[in-house]
Amino acid sequence: MAEVLVFVDHVDGAVRKPTLELLTLARRIGEPVAVALGPGAENTAAALAEHGATRVLTSDASEYADYLVVPKVDALQAAVAAVSPAAVLVPSSAEGKEIAARLALRIGSGIITDATDLEAGDEGPVATQSVFAASFTTKSRVSKGTPVITVKPNSAAVEAAPAAGAVEALAVTFSAQATGTKVTGRTPRESTGRPELTEAAIVVSGGRGVNGAENFAIIESLADSLGAAVGASRAAVDAGWYPHTNQVGQTGKSVSPQLYIANGISGAIQHRAGMQTSKTIVAVNKDAEAPIFDLVDYGVVGDLFDVVPQLTEEINTRKG
Amino acid sequence: MSLRIVVTVKYVPDATGDRHFADDLTVDRDDVDGLLSELDEYAVEQALQISENSDDDVEITVLTVGPEDAKDALRKALSMGADKAIHVEDDDLHGTDAIGTSLVLAKAIEKAGYDLVISGLASTDGTMGVVPALLAERLGVPQVTLLSEVSVEGGTVKGRRDGDAASEQLEASLPAVVSVTDQSGEARYPSFKGIMAAKKKPVQSWDLSDLDLEAEEVGLEGAWTAVDSATERPARTAGTIVKDEGEGGKQLAEFLAGQKFI
Repeated sequence: MAEVLVFVDHVDGAVRKPTLELLTLARRIGEPVAVALGPGAENTAAALAEHGATRVLTSDASEYADYLVVPKVDALQAAVAAVSPAAVLVPSSAEGKEIAARLALRIGSGIITDATDLEAGDEGPVATQSVFAASFTTKSRVSKGTPVITVKPNSAAVEAAPAAGAVEALAVTFSAQATGTKVTGRTPRESTGRPELTEAAIVVSGGRGVNGAENFAIIESLADSLGAAVGASRAAVDAGWYPHTNQVGQTGKSVSPQLYIANGISGAIQHRAGMQTSKTIVAVNKDAEAPIFDLVDYGVVGDLFDVVPQLTEEINTRKG
Repeated sequence: MSLRIVVTVKYVPDATGDRHFADDLTVDRDDVDGLLSELDEYAVEQALQISENSDDDVEITVLTVGPEDAKDALRKALSMGADKAIHVEDDDLHGTDAIGTSLVLAKAIEKAGYDLVISGLASTDGTMGVVPALLAERLGVPQVTLLSEVSVEGGTVKGRRDGDAASEQLEASLPAVVSVTDQSGEARYPSFKGIMAAKKKPVQSWDLSDLDLEAEEVGLEGAWTAVDSATERPARTAGTIVKDEGEGGKQLAEFLAGQKFI
């Protein structure tokens, strides 16, 4: 059976959920071979093996942390040369898409980004994408070279499928371009203890109606009662009420959780572009005419300052 | 010293319009008004700020690949303050994918001459966000991408990249390819004077032969990806909407419990 390369997103050996989803999708088109780079790469093997990786190719070098993107492209290219895979799958993070793009060009292959599903087809893997603010669903193929496909978080349910997961060292020769862009400083983001926005099963968002940074505490309390991530509309971010890294929408992050709760968000097309593929959509808004109500499974026309705290209290009571 | 900046921009269908596909599964450009991709305005703005903060002689060229109407996007960038424009236009470009677009842009950038390329983080239609990385790969120069802050001094570009896990400070020697996010700074509105001045600024038109490219290398034929189908997403079935009469939060909790979220 053909092998499929899966690029591993991990933090010091802790594998992030989108990679486990990729392993599930990879098994539909072949045998997953994982590529893990940087500090802790070898520690990823157990989690990867449990989810179907037959082999785990690892490489650690200071280049991965000290320079931007290109060293990882060099490593993935070395893995492609070593494995001759049927496809290469990469998580659809900002960096993941850049790595995938440069790899595709180097190996003479087409690239598909932000796939939301993947299946085997007669002419290679077929990727589903959601386009034009999720108003259309397309099915596409890579028609030249080894398909390079990036996949959005929450595109598949994680399934365990124990495999060998044998760790093998990957030999990487860095290119002349590898040291072109230096990382001269790095400030880790302070952990909020909440799930990462794009990976979260539930997202609770606030918009213009939240009316002030201090009021976001109401949104955070609701999120915490559900174990959810917090999102914000562009209006709320531009007003300085919440960090840009939490922005949901066309110029922010695209999310597709099981449940999306929009509070004080009118639902302009730019916001809808980032959340319309959510499975269940709920909104609380004072304005009964707000376009967000066209999308909802359940909507409450009301003041979020009344509805949201009551909802949070009710959830906490029910959880007992 | 002089600094030559090329800003890549895209003419895209208005996201508030009814966007759809043509019969050949390319984006239908006839039924929806186009405009300069909003995210590219930030790239133009940063080029202008680099110019304003520089002691060097800075020349800003805006470059686009697109149909006749794409000139509108160039005019907008010129009216913001860019010096000149290049429009790559050729019937054979219809249906070109991201890999092909990066080829055409890279050829045009090399022909124009450059020290710095600045792009937006993604187009607002395709939203792939891969063209800046592809340009760096093709041009063989550093990529300094997704910057929320950028500065150029003494042949070095520096910037801040805000990722999920960390905020990184980056540095590279020119020539380089930069992309900027919408956090890099509000884009200016063209002034009346700027709009009048833009009418007199030069817009060069190049076709594939000017770039030594063959038709087979671009367009639908030359694409390395194929769209097999495009289906309009069915309208969501109307949901339940209640008016809060004092119990709205509890009613919502009941719905969430019914859906097993609680």
